[in-house]
Formats: sequence, structure tokens, C-alpha cells
Amino acid sequence: MKLFGLTSPFLVGNSRVTKHMIQLLLALIPALGALVYYFGYGVLINLIFATIVALLVEAFMLHLRGRPLKPFLTDGSAIVTAVLLALALPSLAPWWLTVIGIIFAIVFAKHLYGGLGYNPFNPAMAAYVLLLISFPVEMTSWLPVNSINDHPLSFTHTFQAIFSGQLPAGLTLDTISGATPLDEMKTAIGQSVDPIFVTNHKLYGMIGGKGWEVVNLCFLIGGLFLIYRRVISWHIPVAMLASLALISSITYFITPHTSATPLLHLLSGGTMICVFFIATDPVTASTTLRGRLIFGAGIGLLTYIIRVWGGYADGIAFAVLLMNMLVPTIDYYTQPVTYGHKK
Amino acid sequence: MKYPHDTFPGGLKLAGHKAISNQQAIQEAPLSKHFVLPLHQHIGEASLPNVGVGDKVLKGQKIASAQDYVSVPLHAPTSGTIIDISEQPIPHPSGLSAPCITLEADGKDEWINLDPVADFTTLSEHEIRQRIRDAGIVGLGGAGFPSFIKLNPHTHHHVETLIINGIECEPYITCDDMLMRERADKIIAGIVIIRRALRVKQCIIAIEDNKPEAATAMQQAIENRSDIGDTDVMVIPTRYPAGSEKQLVQAVTGKTVPSGGLPLDVSIVCHNVGTCYAIAQAIFHGEPLISRIVTVTGEAVDKPRNFETLIGTPINLLLEHCGSKLSEDDHLIMGGPMMGFELLRYDLPVIKTCNCVLTRISSSKPKPQPLPCIRCGDCAVACPVSLLPQQLYWYTRANDLEKARDYNLFDCIECGCCSYVCPSEIPLVQYFRYAKTEAMTIEAEKRKSEHARDRYDTRLARIALEKEEKAERQRQRKAALAASKKAAEAEKQAEQQDTPT
Repeated sequence: MKLFGLTSPFLVGNSRVTKHMIQLLLALIPALGALVYYFGYGVLINLIFATIVALLVEAFMLHLRGRPLKPFLTDGSAIVTAVLLALALPSLAPWWLTVIGIIFAIVFAKHLYGGLGYNPFNPAMAAYVLLLISFPVEMTSWLPVNSINDHPLSFTHTFQAIFSGQLPAGLTLDTISGATPLDEMKTAIGQSVDPIFVTNHKLYGMIGGKGWEVVNLCFLIGGLFLIYRRVISWHIPVAMLASLALISSITYFITPHTSATPLLHLLSGGTMICVFFIATDPVTASTTLRGRLIFGAGIGLLTYIIRVWGGYADGIAFAVLLMNMLVPTIDYYTQPVTYGHKK
Repeated sequence: MKYPHDTFPGGLKLAGHKAISNQQAIQEAPLSKHFVLPLHQHIGEASLPNVGVGDKVLKGQKIASAQDYVSVPLHAPTSGTIIDISEQPIPHPSGLSAPCITLEADGKDEWINLDPVADFTTLSEHEIRQRIRDAGIVGLGGAGFPSFIKLNPHTHHHVETLIINGIECEPYITCDDMLMRERADKIIAGIVIIRRALRVKQCIIAIEDNKPEAATAMQQAIENRSDIGDTDVMVIPTRYPAGSEKQLVQAVTGKTVPSGGLPLDVSIVCHNVGTCYAIAQAIFHGEPLISRIVTVTGEAVDKPRNFETLIGTPINLLLEHCGSKLSEDDHLIMGGPMMGFELLRYDLPVIKTCNCVLTRISSSKPKPQPLPCIRCGDCAVACPVSLLPQQLYWYTRANDLEKARDYNLFDCIECGCCSYVCPSEIPLVQYFRYAKTEAMTIEAEKRKSEHARDRYDTRLARIALEKEEKAERQRQRKAALAASKKAAEAEKQAEQQDTPT
């Protein structure tokens, strides 16, 4: 006769952390394809490189902390952090940028707080903000989307650019990089010269920023898959999209000539990756259902404020970190009413 | 038929595995040679033996009487000789031993003279309760609370609704299902008696929608009886833990039982179908509770089924009778897979609250090392009482039990939904059981130390008072002494003055 050595329940469901992480990675595939299509192989190279570095750093930290390697390396959390950061970096980000970002994410933002489950800030976003503040030039040098890129780089050239910093003869980072739709929006606010809000602008695609709209739609598809698979709940995405759409619609309605369309906000920059893959990070998001609505709405609102009135083209990462800080307070005030208790 | 009023939040849709054991009619379990009868099979005080070793007893004879109000007597399940009264291993989560009466059967299975009531309307409410108590009837749904108490609401409580629990939401268990299918008339007869004792207007028999045969049988039995009054079958969507009393009250009436309270606080009383059957047996046949239906199921028995089993029958006799294939690697659970407990040996007796003996279940594996909580909140979504298990876990781990209490630790019903859904496979319920026990111990110690401090303070005050009184007495004595001295002196002086010189 054998004993469980545990009390009831003896049945276990089939939900597993690792399974969640794998589905999350699967859901990123369409957007990865779109990013590679529009911004070149650099995205893929960054992603693979970041993953390898992340696993090494994670293993090193687990070793230092005396934790078992296998369960924590295979839980997939380090890979997800690496992939999300890599997808947020410009495609020609130099290798050391990735390394600094990953080390900061895994060592400082994750393990120094106690590892998986204990970090108050989203590691990928903490690293992204660190890099953005410290290396603004490298972090904002985005290639123009392929259809308007005069100097498309081959795989080898991209590889060289990332790992040795050398571009093909005659090219500099300045000459090949260009403004993103959100950069263009930032410059256009307050001036009425050739604004991005005009639909025949060269960075305007079908309904949003050229290329970015497709990338964002791909993230949206992946996100819907995650909701369908119940890896994430709908609360944060819906709240964030609703608040961003609402505030951008209001300002667009009041000042149509100097405001971007709501769709441009929803389908540019990091909106959709944040909505479905970053804001929904369970560890750093609010855990109560009402709290999640507030958390998501807060990110949407802050994103808009920083994009339009702040100093950065995209405010997503800052918005996420700011709301991460509020999570304990939100959770405290949004506790559900327990059965048999009065409201 | 009625439809549910409301629903409760969370819960789980579990695979029922009911068909394993409900394909065959209820069978009578074989008569064992020995019966072990724990004196404490119910909530409240243990019963007190009124027989001695060597005494011959008849089937249905009272062998232990109720002690205190919250207690019921115990009866001999068959005729034979009392061979031992001592501590024996009992089926309990602790795995400990407790006082038991051991009976050796003589094989004749000879009944004592019974006292059936042909027309129960001649009985007063008090007499009904007394008979139910004397029959040793306790809640057969699992808790084992003496049933007569639940038929005796205080005068200021008016009971509006009687809910009969035929939900049986735990996977694998089918004893209530089979009882409803085969003996619906008896259950309804029991309900008629309960209705009379409680004087309720409305009665609802709640059955999960995965038991259509049982629902039909009960509906039919209602129609067959003219004196049943306003009684309806309500089919509830199958979702664990719909059979938990508080969740059932919410699903049937939309009301919620106040925290720490009873359904009676919202004018509701709940009884299990098995209890209704036992009540009918006690009143109409005079038979005390000496047997119950037990489901023997799981993948390690060849012929899983339900047995009408005498209380005290060793479980291994049932297992053998079902073609047990138990191996060294198998576990044995009493109750369901979600809220039952593990048995440490095969020869433990069936007790009044034993609804199921569960052997191998394929989907239960020893859990691997849990991962850290990733705060996904799935547990909070699954929690039927709307707790935040992730926060409770956080504070329990930090041993911050005060905070855990603030997050309503004591409202946890230990249904296991949170543990079931946890992607990190954290044994949450185990943590909460620990936290509850710890918090209660701390509370008890606090009370004890407060009591000791009070006593110490009182003692100091008493000593001070005594000292003061003593000082006062001394002062008085001194004053009296001084006064008498003075008087004596004055007298002396007077004498001297009087004395002629």
C-alpha cells in the first residue's frame, strides 16, 4: 500500500506553467513572421541570441541561488522574457544591447527579487526601459518597413551589423534607419507639417502605421488564441484596448487635425504586444478580476498620455512599470466579497 | 420540476466517472465475522458504551448511549457477542486510533424487537425528533452532524425552505444516485416526516443534471404520494462543489449563508437523501441506523458497485467482494477524490459517514515539486466562495496568519478547486488546513495566556486588598488599644484622684 502523503484533493487538473509558456511562445509566431518580413532577419537573430543568453544567465543565477536547474530552466519563463524583449528591440540592435538587457531582466528584475513569481516589475519591460534611457540612439534606430526601405540588408549583412557593428560600405545607421509612425506622430503634434494623420503620408498604411499595423494585427491574432486557450483572461486586454481607444477617440473627436486616429494608436508601436503578452504577465499584473480591469485601463491611459504629451514616442513600457507599482494597492482594494460576507 | 434560481461563482466541471459504479443494482454486503464500531462517528460528543465485554447483543440493540446534547447512540449491526472495548484504528485523516466496540457476529443476524410506527401523524414533533435521535441518525452526506438537531430549530427561527441534497457532486461516488433510483419512495417518506417535524411550507430536492434517472424516479415518487405538500425536484447543472451545503443554498435559493452561520440563519434547513431514507426506516420500521449504502469504485476493483453495508464492516471485505486488484502501488481513499482522505490500512471499518471507498484513480499522480506561485489568479476564479487563494497562500507561507484571517481564511470550505487548477501544482488546500489549525492554536494560546494574566492580576489585587485589610485591622486594633490604654489611664487618674490622700 502506497501513500500520497498529501491531503485531498487527489485529482489534479492539467494546467501547467510550462504549458502556458509554450502556448504563449506559439502565439507569438505570426507576429514574429510579420516582424521578420517587415524589418529583416535582425529580429530573428536577436530573438535566438537573446534566448541563448537568457538561458545561460538564468542557469547561472539558479546556480548562485542554489536552486534546482531543471524545473526552472524548463518552466519557460526565461525564454518568454528573452523573446518579448527581443521582439521589442530594433532589428539592428547591437549584440551588447541584447546582453545588457537580458542580464538586467534576469538578474536584477527577476532573481534579485526572488525569482519566478516574486518580481514586482515585468522583467522584459524593466530591461527595455533601462536600455531606452541609457542607449537612446541604438534603441530608436528602427529600419523603415521593407516596402520603403532603400537599403535592404541581406542575412549576412544583418548578422555582421549586429555582432560587429559593421554596415555595408557607404551606409551608416543614420542613413538606413528612419522614423517610426509613432516618432512621426510625436513630431507632428503641435506642427501641421505633413502630419502622419493624413492618410496619404508615406508611413500610413491601410488603417494605421505602415507595416506596424500588420505586426500589431498578428499580435492581436496570437492574443485571441491565448484567450481562447484560457492562458490569459480577457480582462486586462479588453480594459487596456478600451481605455486607449476611448481616450484617443475623445481627443480625435475634439481636435481631428492634430490628433492621430484611434486605430493608429491601437495598431502602432508596442500596443498589441503589450495588450496581450506583457500587461497580461500574471506575476506582475493585478490578480483580482476587478483589479485587472483597473490595471489594464491604467496602462492604456498612461500609454496615451506618454505618447502624446510625454517625452517618448512610445509610452508602453513606462505605462506597464508604473501600473506594476500600483498592483499591491489595486489588489488590496478590489478584493471580491467572500461568500457570506457583506459588501 | 423547478429550475435553479442562481448559481455560485467558480467551481469545476469534473469528469464524473459515475458510470463505473452505477450500472448495477445495490447489493447487500456479505456479513462480516467481526465488526469494529467506533464510538465517535458523528460531530459532537462520543457515545458511551452500555454493554460490557462478553455481553450477547441482538441486531439493532443499543450498545452505546448519547452523551450530552450533541451526540447520538450506537447500535449493534448484527447479533453476536461483544468481544472487546478498546482503542482501535479508525478511518480518520489523522490515521489515529479511537475507542471502539468490537462485535463478533453469531451469523444468525437476529433482530431485536422493533417498534415501528404505522401512522406517524400520531407522533408529536418532539417524539419524531426523539425517535430519530434514538435511531442514531446523523447526516449521511459526509459531515455526520446529529440529524435530530437540524429538525429542532429554535423557536425564533422560522424555517421556510427544506432543501434535500441529492447532488452528489464528487466524481466516482454514486451511493445517493443509486439510492434515489431504487428507493425513491422511502426517501420521499422520510421527507414527509422531516416536513412535519419542521413545519416547512416548501421543499426542494436538488439533483445534478448528470443523474436524470434519479431525478425521474424522485419526481415519480412525489407524484405517487398525496401528503407530500409543496415539494419539487430541482435539476442543478453539474458543477463541483454544487453539493456543498453553502453552494447548494446559493444555487437553489439565491441566498447566502452568513459567514460562520448556518443555513437556518436564512430560514433554510438541508438534509441529505441518505438521511431521509434512514429517517423513514427509523419511523416506519423502527430500524436504527446500522447500515448505509457505500460505493466501492475505482480502477483497482473488477466489479465496482454499491453495497448496502452494515456499519462496522471491514473495508477489505467489500474490496475482496468486488474483485480487488489492489497492488503495492495503489492508494485507498475514503470519500471522493476531491475531499476524501487517504486510508492507511485496508481493514478499517465502514462508519456512518463513509459514502465511498475509492481505489486507484488514473488521473491522480503523486505531485511533482511545486513551482512558485505565478499569481495567475486561476485559483481565485475557481474558488466557489470568492476567496483569493493566491493571497492566502502568500500570507500562509510567510506565517502571517493574522493577515490570512483578514483575507477570510476561515471561510475556506477546503473543496480543493484551487489546488486542482493551480498550474504550479501548489497543494493550496494543505496550506490552508495548516493555517487554520495554526491560527486556532495561536488563538487558544492567546486566550490561555490572557486567562493566566487575568488570574495573576486578580491575585495581585487580592493580595493588595488583603494587605490593606490587614493594615486596617492593625490600625483599628492599635487605635482600640490606644483608646483602652487611654481609658485605663484616665481611670487610674480618676482612681488616684478619688483616692483620698
